[in-house]
Amino acid sequence: MKPKLSALLVLVMGVVVSTTLMAGAPLPEIPKGKGEKCVEPTEVMRKSHMNFILHQRDETMHFGIRTKKHSLKECISCHVQPDENGKYPDIHSRKHFCNSCHSYAAVSIDCFQCHATHP
Amino acid sequence: MTTQSDVDTSRRRFVKGAAIGLALAPGVVMFDLARAKKPDEAVTSAVRWGLLIDANKCADCNACVKACNEEHGLVGHGRPQTDPQWIRKVTAKDKQTGHVMSLPVMCQHCETPPCEDVCPTGASFKRADGIVLVDKHICIGCRYCMMACPYKARSFVHEVLTEQKPYSPRGKGTVESCTLCVHRVDAGELPACVTACNREGNKAMVFGDLKDPDSEISQQLARFGGKQIRADLGLNTGVRYRGI
Repeated sequence: MKPKLSALLVLVMGVVVSTTLMAGAPLPEIPKGKGEKCVEPTEVMRKSHMNFILHQRDETMHFGIRTKKHSLKECISCHVQPDENGKYPDIHSRKHFCNSCHSYAAVSIDCFQCHATHP
Repeated sequence: MTTQSDVDTSRRRFVKGAAIGLALAPGVVMFDLARAKKPDEAVTSAVRWGLLIDANKCADCNACVKACNEEHGLVGHGRPQTDPQWIRKVTAKDKQTGHVMSLPVMCQHCETPPCEDVCPTGASFKRADGIVLVDKHICIGCRYCMMACPYKARSFVHEVLTEQKPYSPRGKGTVESCTLCVHRVDAGELPACVTACNREGNKAMVFGDLKDPDSEISQQLARFGGKQIRADLGLNTGVRYRGI
């Protein structure tokens, strides 16, 4: 039993190592936005951008608070820039800021069923 | 919920004096610069927005309808039963006198809106300043509010939409209606229909604060009165009419 188990373990470890060495999904190329930096640090945004957006939308809808910092419209005005032909990226293309990460992570977002995808 | 302080009326009166002189163009005046809310302020019930429409002046004009459609990107598909409609002209003829009255009808922004009462999710709601809105984040598209509305003010979006206006999000599967151009009102401007009526129409519409006795709308209401459509329902609408 014991030799068989260790052999099995070696086999499994071999498989795991070889799959990680193989290329996975290509990492997203995140389009550059306007300006120097975002309203929050990158690490904060990576973890919590959905929380900012979700909180702000209730404030805006129900209380009319229209501060720009966490407003979706402001996010889009910086992060979605036209290409050299002056055309904005389609929401389904990897060149759209939001979709570049969301398609990689395979997390569907429905913001743009209602919201404008570009400024 | 934070408590809101009373509006500072002395400051308001001073700026109002300054604002009245600030006509931007013939017939177009920022209605009250002091009223432009600061972005980080929540709306309060110290203000109640309303419209007074003089149906005697309307006639055949539909500048308000065209302006609303353009402002919010409402595109029809030639299917009147399911196309979006936030404002429409209603024409009625009195058989007895032959008098034809024509008036624009949009969401009446009732004080006790039936749409808010029936909404199962709370998406249809009345903001503190009286504007009745649909929170499309919460709307599930059940259309109960469309059934409840006595004014047929609400529309359902049947198609996938693209190229929405950034200030007016709309999407398939949700219900929508006149927002009293809340994005403009919060910035201190007039709704698109009122602006168009003043500019190209017959100057039949007055927008303002119903709770302010000095506002244009309150003074006109006090002088000429303002009827509600379906007043028998007791909804205390924010949109009032003369000449119906």
